[in-house]
Amino acid sequence: MSKKITIEPVTRVEGHGKVTILMDDQAQVKETRLHIVEFRGFERFVQGRPYWEAPVLVQRLCGICPVSHHIAAAKALDVIVGAGNGDGLTAVGEKMRRLMHYGQFFQSHVLHFFHLSSPDFLFGIDGDPALRNIIGVAQHHKDLAVQGVMMRKFGQEVIKVTAGKKIHGTGAIPGGINKNLSIEERDSLLVGTELLNADKMVDWSLAALEFFKNYHTNNKTQLDNFAAFPSNHLSLVRKDGALDIYHGVLRAVDAEGKRILDDVDYHEYYNYIEEEVRNWSYMKFPYLKHLGKEKGWYRVGPLARLNTCDFIPTPLAQKEFEEYKSYTHGKPNNMSLHYHWARLIEILHSAEVIRDLLNDPDLQNEDLIVKGEKQLEGVGVIEAPRGTLFHHYKINEQDLITMANLIVSTTNNNEPMNLAVNKTAHAFMDGQAQISEPMMNAVEVAIRAYDPCLSCATHAIGQMPLEVNLIGPDGQMIDQKMKNG
Amino acid sequence: MNNILIYGYGNPGRRDDGLGIAFADEIGKWAEEFMPGYITIETNYQLNIEDAELISHYDTVIFADASLETMDSFALTPIKPSPDTVEFTMHAVAPGYVIHLCHDLFQKAPKAYLLHMKGYEWDMAESLTEQAEENLNLALKHMKKVLLNNEIEVFVGKSNIFDTTNH
Repeated sequence: MSKKITIEPVTRVEGHGKVTILMDDQAQVKETRLHIVEFRGFERFVQGRPYWEAPVLVQRLCGICPVSHHIAAAKALDVIVGAGNGDGLTAVGEKMRRLMHYGQFFQSHVLHFFHLSSPDFLFGIDGDPALRNIIGVAQHHKDLAVQGVMMRKFGQEVIKVTAGKKIHGTGAIPGGINKNLSIEERDSLLVGTELLNADKMVDWSLAALEFFKNYHTNNKTQLDNFAAFPSNHLSLVRKDGALDIYHGVLRAVDAEGKRILDDVDYHEYYNYIEEEVRNWSYMKFPYLKHLGKEKGWYRVGPLARLNTCDFIPTPLAQKEFEEYKSYTHGKPNNMSLHYHWARLIEILHSAEVIRDLLNDPDLQNEDLIVKGEKQLEGVGVIEAPRGTLFHHYKINEQDLITMANLIVSTTNNNEPMNLAVNKTAHAFMDGQAQISEPMMNAVEVAIRAYDPCLSCATHAIGQMPLEVNLIGPDGQMIDQKMKNG
Repeated sequence: MNNILIYGYGNPGRRDDGLGIAFADEIGKWAEEFMPGYITIETNYQLNIEDAELISHYDTVIFADASLETMDSFALTPIKPSPDTVEFTMHAVAPGYVIHLCHDLFQKAPKAYLLHMKGYEWDMAESLTEQAEENLNLALKHMKKVLLNNEIEVFVGKSNIFDTTNH
């Protein structure tokens, strides 16, 4: 005898997902599954299209992180147009892309922290649901809410001046970029206004970190133990070991910090990473080939990046990184809710990089594109806000795409998110006969830490109410709750 | 005439989800010629929290979006500030939520409306379906008249979301 609890979709996660918790007849959690409805078919969709369309086409995938797909595709196509293996662009070409990427990174992380996660920290995971949202933050912590809004706006403005426009941006093209940064655009971000300038973003990023660290000091048990488990970690790092979200080599470490993927060339990712298919999930489960399915799965994203890199190449973020690393005595951090801490350090790093880039005169250079001998295959890898993102294309002699393979960040985190749900379900639901709001939210908090992007970007009015179903052992609905229905 | 923001949102790479953007683009071209200086156009994939700051600079805001609701073609309805109308993800927020946030954070309350345009298909393609195109043209025709005559309130009073055939 068992009963099945279904939470669908997961609120405050990008897109939608469904959590199924199978309970046995002793009211113990028997099994958990995170079902993610991921749009499929894109890889087939681009086949037969001219390769130069890919950086714009891929933005159809997702209206939430279009810049990440835009840049990853452009990097893959750099190889195809003979512009090197990711580091062969002109100075303005690479730096404009970096500015775009860090702008996207900044605004994405800001949204996640200020408007998805901070309500949990301000009002508690088991706090009043009526308050535990951004409206509650706006009413009770107005300064914080305004900072979040203005930081988001700043990131969006960075994207606008680098990608050319907010919808289906065209800034990154095979071999480079199609525009540089004008002095006027630079000053609109560097000097800006009282509440919208590069220095203010750095100041507010530091303030947000202080806010989190204070919360952590007072809630160590909860933050350290919630959905904590050992795992491998994977990300790009710069060749010298620095944190780098645009380009580098693939590095993975185990839960103790031992190097298990030693700075390999990402263009050969398929030699190191395999994807497992499970019959109950639409989303694949990637793992490191040489370690196998059981031991080879890994985390990606902020937590993983700060576990794999040796240092952060901006001074304020490096100082925070040292404090962060000292908390685990230099060992990898395996605490799911410390994703938030790592994410905040990356926000600060992004703000510093954006400010540095805006001061760089290379951004006004005119040599936008590099071309070389055409290749028939290209791989582009970046660190998207949620983790490592792989784009791989093959073309024919007629310049048409014949093969596309994408491994998106959220797919890389599939196994750890499932494990986080399982840990949380055991902690909050074992021995419980009823599903309370705090218990439901605890599962969602665990998933939210990974900031999964489950969206395929259609959002038309009237879609996707929150539905919560409680199914009994005989398969009948015991209870049902609706939100926004 | 006060200053008006028309904000179309959706993903034009997902067929009829591009209705809002298409409306904003078309009405923008028209406004440049017939109402220069009165109307500002904005577009994005989704509404989000920073839009609370954007709309705080306008007297009137008209959001334009594709709709799955049961109705004939299109409708214009007033938006009430609401903390409860969050869509299924907080990464894309509902218009009422943006209005509510604008009031809470910036103490501004622009008059706000939502133009619903019925869509039918959402697959990966950049063209609207024929039916959606018809709905778009119908909405454009009526909204141009409404904007020129400064009759938004009058039009909203007549608008029945489930029956727009008599406009």
